[in-house]
Amino acid sequence: MSLLDRTPAQAEGERPEPPLDASHALPSASEASAERLERVWAEKPGFVGWLSVVNHRSIGLRYIVTAFVFFLITGVMAALMRIQLARPENNFLGPDAYNQIFTTHGTAMMFLFAVPVMEAFGIYLVPLMVGARNIAFPRLNAFSYWMFLFGGIFLFTMFALNTGPDVGWFAYPPLSGPAYTPGKRADVWAQLITFSELAALAVSVEIIVTAFKLRTPGMSLDRIPLFVWAQVVTAFMVLVAMPAVMFASTALILDRLVGTHFFNPAEGGDPLLWQHLFWFFGHPEVYIIFLPATGIVSTIVSTFSRRPAFGYIALVLALVSTGFMGFGLWVHHMFATGLPQLGESFFTAASIMIAIPAGLQFFCWIATMWGGRVELKIPMLWVLGFLVVFLIGGLTGVMLAAVPLDLQVHDTFFVVAHFHYVLIGGALFPLFGAVYYWFPKMTGRMLCERLGVWNFWLFTIGFNLTFFPMHILGLHGMPRRIYTYQADTGWGDLNMLATAGAMVIGLSVVVFLVNVVTSLRAGALAGDNPWNASTLEWATSSPPPNSNFINAPTVSGRDPLWENPPDQPVVVGLRDDVRDVLVTYLLDAEPDHRTEFPEPSIWPFFSALATTGLFIGSIFTPWAVVIGAVPLFVALTGWFWPKKPGETGTQRWPIRHRTLPLPGEAPTGGTA
Amino acid sequence: MGDASSFQSALAAAGPQAAHIERLWWLMFWVASGVFTIVTAFVLGAVFLKRREPIRDDALRVGVTLGIAATVLTLFVLLVASVWTGRAVASLGAESAVTINLTGRQWWWDAEYVDSAPSGRFHTANELHIPVGRPIVLNVTSHDVIHSFWVPNLHGKRDLIPGYTSSIWLQADTPGVYHGQCAEFCGLEHARMLLRVTAESAAEYENWRSNQVRAAAEPPGDAERRGRDVFLHATCTQCHTIRGTIAGATMGPDLTHVASRGTLGAGTLPNTRGHLAGWVLDAQSAKPGSQMPPNSVAGGDLQMLLAYLESLK
Repeated sequence: MSLLDRTPAQAEGERPEPPLDASHALPSASEASAERLERVWAEKPGFVGWLSVVNHRSIGLRYIVTAFVFFLITGVMAALMRIQLARPENNFLGPDAYNQIFTTHGTAMMFLFAVPVMEAFGIYLVPLMVGARNIAFPRLNAFSYWMFLFGGIFLFTMFALNTGPDVGWFAYPPLSGPAYTPGKRADVWAQLITFSELAALAVSVEIIVTAFKLRTPGMSLDRIPLFVWAQVVTAFMVLVAMPAVMFASTALILDRLVGTHFFNPAEGGDPLLWQHLFWFFGHPEVYIIFLPATGIVSTIVSTFSRRPAFGYIALVLALVSTGFMGFGLWVHHMFATGLPQLGESFFTAASIMIAIPAGLQFFCWIATMWGGRVELKIPMLWVLGFLVVFLIGGLTGVMLAAVPLDLQVHDTFFVVAHFHYVLIGGALFPLFGAVYYWFPKMTGRMLCERLGVWNFWLFTIGFNLTFFPMHILGLHGMPRRIYTYQADTGWGDLNMLATAGAMVIGLSVVVFLVNVVTSLRAGALAGDNPWNASTLEWATSSPPPNSNFINAPTVSGRDPLWENPPDQPVVVGLRDDVRDVLVTYLLDAEPDHRTEFPEPSIWPFFSALATTGLFIGSIFTPWAVVIGAVPLFVALTGWFWPKKPGETGTQRWPIRHRTLPLPGEAPTGGTA
Repeated sequence: MGDASSFQSALAAAGPQAAHIERLWWLMFWVASGVFTIVTAFVLGAVFLKRREPIRDDALRVGVTLGIAATVLTLFVLLVASVWTGRAVASLGAESAVTINLTGRQWWWDAEYVDSAPSGRFHTANELHIPVGRPIVLNVTSHDVIHSFWVPNLHGKRDLIPGYTSSIWLQADTPGVYHGQCAEFCGLEHARMLLRVTAESAAEYENWRSNQVRAAAEPPGDAERRGRDVFLHATCTQCHTIRGTIAGATMGPDLTHVASRGTLGAGTLPNTRGHLAGWVLDAQSAKPGSQMPPNSVAGGDLQMLLAYLESLK
């Protein structure tokens, strides 16, 4: 690889360029340089500065914390539902409250917790793992966070005002149409979709560009950490899936607000059109949540087996093929609508086939453990829980792919059990593992192990108590989304058991919160790399400095901290008096050019505020789109106001020169 | 898993469709249990099994390859079983089938028994009767939002979609009363949209049918006659039909033989005099959001109205 080539570069008579000025870029001059970097990459002070943050770690943490707060609120809703269903003919919640709660629970868990929290870990970790100073498009990142936050506040405020959506998280018309859901409840649902999808699309673009163009030299495509690969494939899935549901929700709002008839059968519209659009998004959505979790699992399994993940290429190909296949199975949510035999067989085969890449990933993880020595730290405990719990969800998933069986258990508690095994098993278990694993990097302190063990076992036991009985309830005829049932159904006992399990889950979450709060104050200090892990985020301090790395390391393998030789070069030649970053080529991560990243700005916040006004206003009148465009125009103008062309900005990297001097050695190519 | 819940269970098949599906379920269940046991054993083995040194990569490669081969093979078997079951469930002799047009409403079921002679057709609601051993064709659609027909002992689900009519075939082989309910969320009272299917011998079915097809009988006594007047002069006629009277609206269930049914409000309440009175006066307390409005009927009138309704066998 020419990057690591130690032969002196030949001078080709190129004009010397500023980045290679040795005086302020070399590790030997690092003390002063580090201080300058720290200042240059710092956020602005004060409240305005707090609203102007563009650093990916601050935004990532805000995203994570916000998503967990939404998770707690939504979890309380789940507990309320369990209390209502504990006994037959219970009067704890009426149908109106129950329908709002189950709709808000599903909507918020999907759109305000599961997807955003996975993206949040991507926002925090992807730049660190590829050795970048910040995420690509930092201001877009800030905008995305504000949209996500405002969307969540909007939903929960409307819920508190008794205008929470009550048409299910899938919002099938005609029920969600103007004739059967007058009022604003379905509009709240549709507009929340717009909020959260906008945020998700923005993050996807940032993650793709960060992973493809901001990697540190040496990190060719086949050396990208598996977590980053998972985030990249997920981001592409978001780009393809989300527009379908954004169109659907917009068409629904048009039906409701201006009297179009996209979904009105009486006027030639088609309620099935909605189902195709929704599930074309809705099924990939499951993988959008699950794939980042597989990235977490690959990382943790490798670290605590003390060896590289077995079958790197196979794992990456499994991710990519899941990303493609995930778009070919949406119709299995619609088997009960009545399909021709050939269509049924096709979508059954496609749905069953996706078990192959999932199985491949499973076998690779298990092989990694057999090929190493497993250390049972808390993150690994969660991953083992994931392997067992998700396995059950995956197996019931294969059952649901079979049309005849699906017709029996579709829309019953069997499906409720299935997707909680898939989503809690496949996403929440790895997520808890991720928190225990990266908390030291994010805060500089370790989480308490003893509480971690309690957290894990209470959760695992509570989870299985809650959701395993639901398989049986579904087979015995209990449909989903019913606010009560009669005593002679015989469903009472298992429901009581499920409710008891839900309380144990609640207890476990309390233990987790206590652990986080106490460890933040008094946890053991972590140091740079407490787990002796292999990826680049552990090559910097905990928490990392403002610029992530004083000198970003280059890499010469997939597990740099295990494989890099002691004299591995670092990236030098970036200015430390402006926000200078190195942009590399897509395939082999050779240096391409330098560019200057934006400073903190309050305009993304104002833009998000203006967009929020437009979105919420358009629930009430179509004119909000016209009037709301004015403040949005002002905010975007502020955001994109051109700067004076100066000496900085994008500059070609002098690739003919030797770019990677050894530590302590002056670069020879840059001076003329 | 006891008897208490077997009248609405996918695991207590009472007809050929449900029986095929039940067999597929048990195949899936045992395969899944086997896979779960094996994979979990490998996971736990990796963690707890003492070994002198880690397994070499070429051995791991063999293991993963074998695992994938086994996965593909198992999935293929399950795919074949699924498609085979699908075909078996779909095929049913079409001779001498009973045809029922089933329409979903918020939140009840309107059933029209089809006959080649117009005079042989009739409507009923929420409770179907079918003869055992004869195929039944249900032509399903919806009047308002999407509902889903599901009687697990007999067959899987079929959605009732406004603007579409689709057909589902089923058959009961064992006499009995099988419960079902709406399986697609359809709004406020989705939970109280229950359905009963009584499978009975051909003679019992014919008996029931010939009674249902008749218009309502003349009220047998004075109280019932005056009850009919109460009915016909109140708002009842704006929604309900009683064949043989001027009441002919189709917003609510056909009441021509309401006393022959076991429940009120699509399975919400047992059809007793007390519950019937409560339902007439204030359906909202039993089924909040139901389309049945509260009615104010004076005490004496109410007793006569109840007597009349209870005479509609």
